[in-house]
Amino acid sequence: MVKSENKRMFLALGVASLLLAVSDTGNAKVEGDTIVLGAAVSLTGKYSTNGKNTQDGYELVVKRINEMGGVKVGGKSYKLKVTYYDDESTPARGAQLAERLINQDGVQFLLGPYSSGLTKAIAPVTEKYKIPHVEGNGAARELFKQGYRYLFAVLSTSDYYLREAVNLAAEVAKSQGKDPSKLKIAMAFENDPFSQDVRDGVIEDAKRLGMKIVIDDKLPPELNDMSATLTKVKAVKPDLLVVSGHAKGATLTARQVKEMKVDVPMIATTHCDSAKLAQTMPAESEGLLCASQWDRQLSYKDKWFGSANDYANRFAQEFNYTPPYQAAESSAAVLVYVDAFTRAQSFDKDKVRDAIAATDLMTFYGPVKFDKTGMNTSKPMVLYQIQKGQYNVVAPSKFASSKLEYPRKLPK
Amino acid sequence: MKKTGRGDFSTMDSIQLLFQAPVLSVQLLLDGMLIGAIFALAAYGMALVWGVMNVINIAQGEFVMLGGYVAFFLYAAGIHPFFGIPLAAVVLFLFGWSLYKTIIFRVVDKDLFISILATFGLSILLQQLANELFGADVRTAESGFGTLMLFDGQVTVAEIKLVAFIAALVLGGLLLLFLKQSRLGQAIRATAQNARAARIMGIDTDRVYAATFGLNAAICGAAGALVSMTWIIHPYLGLPYTIRSFMIVIVAGLGNVAAVLAAGLGLGAAENFAGFIFGAEYQAAFVFGLLVVILMWRRFWLSRQRRYLK
Amino acid sequence: MTATVKRLLLYTVIVAVALAAPSIAPDYRTQMAFLWVMIVFALTWDILGGQMGYNSFGNILFFGVGMYVCAVIQRDSSLGYYPALFLGMGAGALAAVIFAAIFGSGILGLRGHYFAICTLGLGIAAGEFASGWDYIGAGSGMVTPIFPGEPGGREKFFYYVMFALAIITFPVLRWLYSGRFGLALNAIRDDEDKAEAMGIHTTRYKTTAWCISAFFLGLTGAVVGNMIGFIDPRDVAFAGPTFGVWMVLMAILGGKGTLWGPVLGAVVFHITQEVFWTYLLGWQRVALGLLIVLIVVFFPLGILGWARERWPERFGHVVEEKLDARATE
Repeated sequence: MVKSENKRMFLALGVASLLLAVSDTGNAKVEGDTIVLGAAVSLTGKYSTNGKNTQDGYELVVKRINEMGGVKVGGKSYKLKVTYYDDESTPARGAQLAERLINQDGVQFLLGPYSSGLTKAIAPVTEKYKIPHVEGNGAARELFKQGYRYLFAVLSTSDYYLREAVNLAAEVAKSQGKDPSKLKIAMAFENDPFSQDVRDGVIEDAKRLGMKIVIDDKLPPELNDMSATLTKVKAVKPDLLVVSGHAKGATLTARQVKEMKVDVPMIATTHCDSAKLAQTMPAESEGLLCASQWDRQLSYKDKWFGSANDYANRFAQEFNYTPPYQAAESSAAVLVYVDAFTRAQSFDKDKVRDAIAATDLMTFYGPVKFDKTGMNTSKPMVLYQIQKGQYNVVAPSKFASSKLEYPRKLPK
Repeated sequence: MKKTGRGDFSTMDSIQLLFQAPVLSVQLLLDGMLIGAIFALAAYGMALVWGVMNVINIAQGEFVMLGGYVAFFLYAAGIHPFFGIPLAAVVLFLFGWSLYKTIIFRVVDKDLFISILATFGLSILLQQLANELFGADVRTAESGFGTLMLFDGQVTVAEIKLVAFIAALVLGGLLLLFLKQSRLGQAIRATAQNARAARIMGIDTDRVYAATFGLNAAICGAAGALVSMTWIIHPYLGLPYTIRSFMIVIVAGLGNVAAVLAAGLGLGAAENFAGFIFGAEYQAAFVFGLLVVILMWRRFWLSRQRRYLK
Repeated sequence: MTATVKRLLLYTVIVAVALAAPSIAPDYRTQMAFLWVMIVFALTWDILGGQMGYNSFGNILFFGVGMYVCAVIQRDSSLGYYPALFLGMGAGALAAVIFAAIFGSGILGLRGHYFAICTLGLGIAAGEFASGWDYIGAGSGMVTPIFPGEPGGREKFFYYVMFALAIITFPVLRWLYSGRFGLALNAIRDDEDKAEAMGIHTTRYKTTAWCISAFFLGLTGAVVGNMIGFIDPRDVAFAGPTFGVWMVLMAILGGKGTLWGPVLGAVVFHITQEVFWTYLLGWQRVALGLLIVLIVVFFPLGILGWARERWPERFGHVVEEKLDARATE
């Protein structure tokens, strides 16, 4: 009895000492001639593919900038470096890691994680510690309604993803002499923050144009079959079908619409490129409309990468795959920092924050200019249509490189 | 705050629609049964392992997932994924056998709860390993099968789903035949009835267990190959199959292959209707709620006879 | 030194170290706060799992309920931060207890693995339901209010709150187990039918035990929701595959059915996990799965159980050596 008590006491003390021993002194934010940025990205878990895209996007810019001589501040050239942690696609973990980056590793500049959920968890942390947080993968509109001063997003918010589809449907109706407000819309969304925001945007624009929403379903979260919804769709015969459910939603839509012979003249979805629809299912996905933040065919140019197409080539050379827009927007986030450091001529976080807020920059990804809430209001979303296995930009008409094929013909 | 809802389509509207257009019910029923057929496959295996070895395999869904990847890789290599069905069965059989020889044999004679926890750990291990090795991307294999049209195009049946249904029937039949006629099958049944007696009679129960576990994995693997052709696969697709196979076995009992098939088809249909009527977001809640209700009802019914679920 | 004095000394040392910890290692406050969360998880699971023999995979239900109820109160009440927080915590605990009472009456009638899987289903159904219900944010989840005060204040505050919760849970359980209640629970575990036959109202005890777990889990949920700041229905609140399973694992790792077992298990598990995260980047979940299999297969009795087998004298068992010799005669 005596000895077991001792054992427990020593164990408790041992644990405490272990904790103390493992504590780190942390790195300073600027190590010698390197500026250290920090990021929690999803290297494992359900977002691991896009998390890798994000990391690769960050790394490409780091490499490029360092190649080009680094960032010049106060007459000295500094290299860039990013410290990464794996948030496991879990918001709780992301928030913890943000704190670790700030408190233990002394990082003063954060790059965003992948997904709205994770960004939502990390934003309050960076706001609390007044650390600039520039992100390219958290598109939830809600993020920008919280009054955050340190959060900046280079991408268009999620509610913009499929508004173009609604507007396009209205345009087409008008061109055929029909009243856009008579259009019927059927929608199915996955039950996560991003997809629900996409839904909000669609509903807003539909309401504005007076259209009727006849089906508003959620995608079954774990099973991978949307036949119940599609059965309804067939019964109701809408003019536009909108689906958003990440890569799973895109794949299911393409396949099951064909299988069930759901004949809707216009079908729009998100994440076609993540799902590799045009490559793996060219016949089934023919005619589908896809939302995108960016496309290599767009005519943007900048001094670090050249055109969007040049960026895509450089990325493919480095990482052996074509960059999806998730990678491009991550790269843009780092460019914002580079530009801000250069303009602020300082690494003081508040000066940098103010410089970021004043950004007015053209990048290969598109124009970046932040409004008061931190959203990038100068970059439009695009809509492609999959035509013969290619993603062709069809909307907004200003940037369209191809003509819309309407109505969509059911694949055999 | 966002509004819930299905636009102009409430629950009542959905039900009305079913009455107005009875052909919709046919579609939902067919689709549901076809989905259920795949659950039935996973359930055959679960019943087998539970009945013979007294192990509840929580990693059941992961075997399905792995089978799916076998078919996918075959497809990616240019071979028609249909051949993935037998190949997945073979690969998973070997995998199941080795798992038994390394881990499962240690929990066979222990508490049932230990087997649940051990196979749960296994399921996490397999999921995460798959995620690391294959990536979290959703994948799909193109079977190239078409669609059958019934009732003048109003009801569509994806041929691949029909294939899955036929596979479930055939496999069920084969399983029954195997258990009744073949020596190994008889050995399995003997072991299930009384392991000790079987051992005394000269049956190598360890081999029987290994074969049973391997067989279970094989059936799940075949199911997985079908899943990859019908829908999509990804490392985390397993748990729903595990839960549903468990539910089916509880309703159908351990011994009756036909009952397992019927329960599987019924569950698939019920789920599909629930999704249509209540909305897909409640579909999963419906299924698990059903599990809770079934168990509570079972317990109530048994307690009236002063027995309890053992 | 007598046993009591030794025990008091041990407790004093632990409490002293725990109180000083946030100041000594401020960078690890959140991780340390989670250590107390894990301890409460393991202890509350063990009430049913270890002491009573009912393995629940659904305790996460109470955790999530507490979390959401507190967050809703914080969102909708017009009180200040602290009053809303404490009101929310209390309401969360109460709601959790009500759920335990309602579900308990039906589900606790199930035995063994049926109970286990039914509770698993319950936990998952709760998560699914929560992600469909707009009032609590549906799939988008909820955000808890920002902590008033300077940076670092939040971590410190919640660390102390969780620590307080943990050191209240422990003696409460100790007191419960030492009395009639503990004996009744153990009787149910050892042979429920006999216990029933002897006149113990098993249903009442079972439900009460679950309500007690629910109470502490509800409080914990409310606190953790505020610690993390963002409530996701499936990943945070009703996180079955993570928290829900760890509850079970930690208690088994340390040795279920004992008082210190779950605590030990929680400490070892939590530290191991943090180490895995830092050094096995990308493979930590795989390692976790492997760890679960190894623990369950090779150490089903847990650390304390294994220690008890190894050194039975230290646990107060007397081993009769002579008996062996006599048996061979």
